Amino acid sequence: MQTSVQRTTTRGRAGLAGAPRAPLAELPAVEPVTGNELVELYRLMTAVRHLDLAAISWQRQGIVPAYAPELGQEAAQVGSALAVDPKRDFVFPTYRELGVALACGVDMVEYMSTHKATWHGGLWNPAETHVAPIQAVVAGSVLHAVGWAHGQTLEAQGELPADGYNIAVTYLGDGASSQGDVHEAMNFAAVFNAPVVFFVQNNGWAISVPTEKQVAGGSVATRGAGYGIPAIQVDGNDAPAVLTATRRAVAHARAGHGPAIVEAMTYRRGPHATSDDPGRYRSLEDERADAGADPIARLREGILTAGAATAAELDAADAAGAAEAERVRAGVIDLRPRPGTEMFDLVFQEPTDELQRQKANWQEETELREESDHE
Amino acid sequence: MGGTETMMAGTAASAAPLELSLQGALNLALDEILAEDPKALVLGEDVGTLGGVFRVTSGLAGKHGAARVFDTPLAESGILGMSIGLAMAGFHPIPEVQFDGFAYPAVNQIVCQLGRMNYRSRGTLPMPVTLRVPSFGGIRAPEHHGESLEALFAHVPGLKVVSPADPQQGYTLLKAAARMPDPVIFMEPKSRYWQKGQVITESGLDDGGKSPVADGAAGARIARPGRHLTLVAWGAMVARCLQVAELAAEDGIDVEVLDLRWLKPIHADALAASVGKTRRAVVVHEAPRTSGLGAEVAQIITERCFGTLKAPVERVTGFDVPYPSGDLEDEYIPNIDRILFGIQRVLEYKRG
Repeated sequence: MQTSVQRTTTRGRAGLAGAPRAPLAELPAVEPVTGNELVELYRLMTAVRHLDLAAISWQRQGIVPAYAPELGQEAAQVGSALAVDPKRDFVFPTYRELGVALACGVDMVEYMSTHKATWHGGLWNPAETHVAPIQAVVAGSVLHAVGWAHGQTLEAQGELPADGYNIAVTYLGDGASSQGDVHEAMNFAAVFNAPVVFFVQNNGWAISVPTEKQVAGGSVATRGAGYGIPAIQVDGNDAPAVLTATRRAVAHARAGHGPAIVEAMTYRRGPHATSDDPGRYRSLEDERADAGADPIARLREGILTAGAATAAELDAADAAGAAEAERVRAGVIDLRPRPGTEMFDLVFQEPTDELQRQKANWQEETELREESDHE
Repeated sequence: MGGTETMMAGTAASAAPLELSLQGALNLALDEILAEDPKALVLGEDVGTLGGVFRVTSGLAGKHGAARVFDTPLAESGILGMSIGLAMAGFHPIPEVQFDGFAYPAVNQIVCQLGRMNYRSRGTLPMPVTLRVPSFGGIRAPEHHGESLEALFAHVPGLKVVSPADPQQGYTLLKAAARMPDPVIFMEPKSRYWQKGQVITESGLDDGGKSPVADGAAGARIARPGRHLTLVAWGAMVARCLQVAELAAEDGIDVEVLDLRWLKPIHADALAASVGKTRRAVVVHEAPRTSGLGAEVAQIITERCFGTLKAPVERVTGFDVPYPSGDLEDEYIPNIDRILFGIQRVLEYKRG
């Protein structure tokens, strides 16, 4: 009895006083970003910029009903995505990850299909591209990344493979960080030592609510310490810095050291979505003052200073991005509604009899309607 | 899921059936699933070393390894979200939420994610997840430890819902659910966990090399044949309806008991066949009446048997109140008398 009490007391005291805890791991250092990589960042970021601005005008022209712009977040998105190997890793985006999807090789017409209201989640194949479908519940997929990542260590039977674990990267915003699922995900990831990178784009706004009214403490990265997860906060408008930070987090997870957090401090220059009116909650002056330097202009300056490419070469990359946006525009216009049968066929792997009955009924009534329309 | 009303009864057994409790039958099924399917995983709160609060996962971690049967932190949304990610990575998770009422914190992941991922991903990310939920009341448990969530889950597109009534059903339906490529909510009647019954296992069946479980687990099942009236029930209410049928038989009323088993998809043909024969039906469930599954069952019967029905379909259900404390539980859950009253109302119905 006496022994048991003592043991309990010791445990309790250690817990209360703060038992000696392992210091947070230092994220490993990585090679500096090369000149070629700088140019690749520029190529992708300008392509994203053209497409993103084009999508807003498509919405105004009625080509797509709605769109969630990412103006100003090109460095955060492309910079982080270039640190991922979509052949082996798996990316869990939000609905604002055009730049991530593009850098991971997702077909941009298939990507835009979700904004054209062709199919929730988009038309690309997530199993092949390793980019999960879009979904609208903020933080909804953050836990999926933890599960997928834990699956990689199970697959490897706990033995670190020679080339490290496949890792999951999950994207979330400052707004999503208020959701309980983010706490559960970070706690689970740390408990299971899952190879997952939480990439937070703190763009200053959760629709109309600024970070200071959304994120207690003002930073998501600082929460990492509570979970024992190492975290880096990085200038999200500095593309090579984002790439380096994410590579360090990826290297940490790949090497079997568990999860890591990268918080890219960036700025949502446009509205939350095409139906949003930022003028109701911030002035144009605030917007200009808070946004800082344009990440693309900043990168261009850096490349020219480093002599990694000439202005003419960068202009050519820019023009290629503009041309690509035009090609995507044509593809988006050509997108037709999916056959109504898919509505029934894709609910289950094995549809129920009732669903088959509803489908047959829908088909019959559709045919009758079409016949009467012809008369 | 077309299925027939009969199951294993007709299959010749080559070994003696086992005498098992529902809890033991579920444990055996999980053991066999883990042995047969290297991608199967069991996860949840206390499912590892402890073997679950109802011991359904007892011994599994020791036998199959702590990597395949593992405890999670206490967070139901986390358990479901993690299971979805594991399914995306090619695993077949069998998560447990400890009690029905604790499925509520996971509803976001169940409804917005689990039920939609196959659709959203156009069939490229199937969700072979079997969520085990110790369900329904009858054990005088604290708040949220006894709830009837079947209507909530059955209403969600992309989910299938099933509830076993006895040890044989537990074994058969769990093995079938775990082999399905779609999400299944598996509602275990916790008040029946310790009731024993005979279980014919797959290894005990002379099946000529073909597993009978998939066929034997399809659709509804006639738990007791009868001529005068059909009692439709599922989960814990099946045993009670069988008791009621015995009592009614003393008064010369021959009651058929239809164990619905699958609450989604509902086996409409079995309902039509049974009520087509008896021409009268009473649906019995523990869940609150309004928008309960009894309304769905009654409507299916109306559509299929309108011309032959001798009385409107009657419902004997829980009330539209939060599931009460143990002391009032017996007033809330349909008891033998209330079911008999329901039968009486149907038998004595006169057209106005």
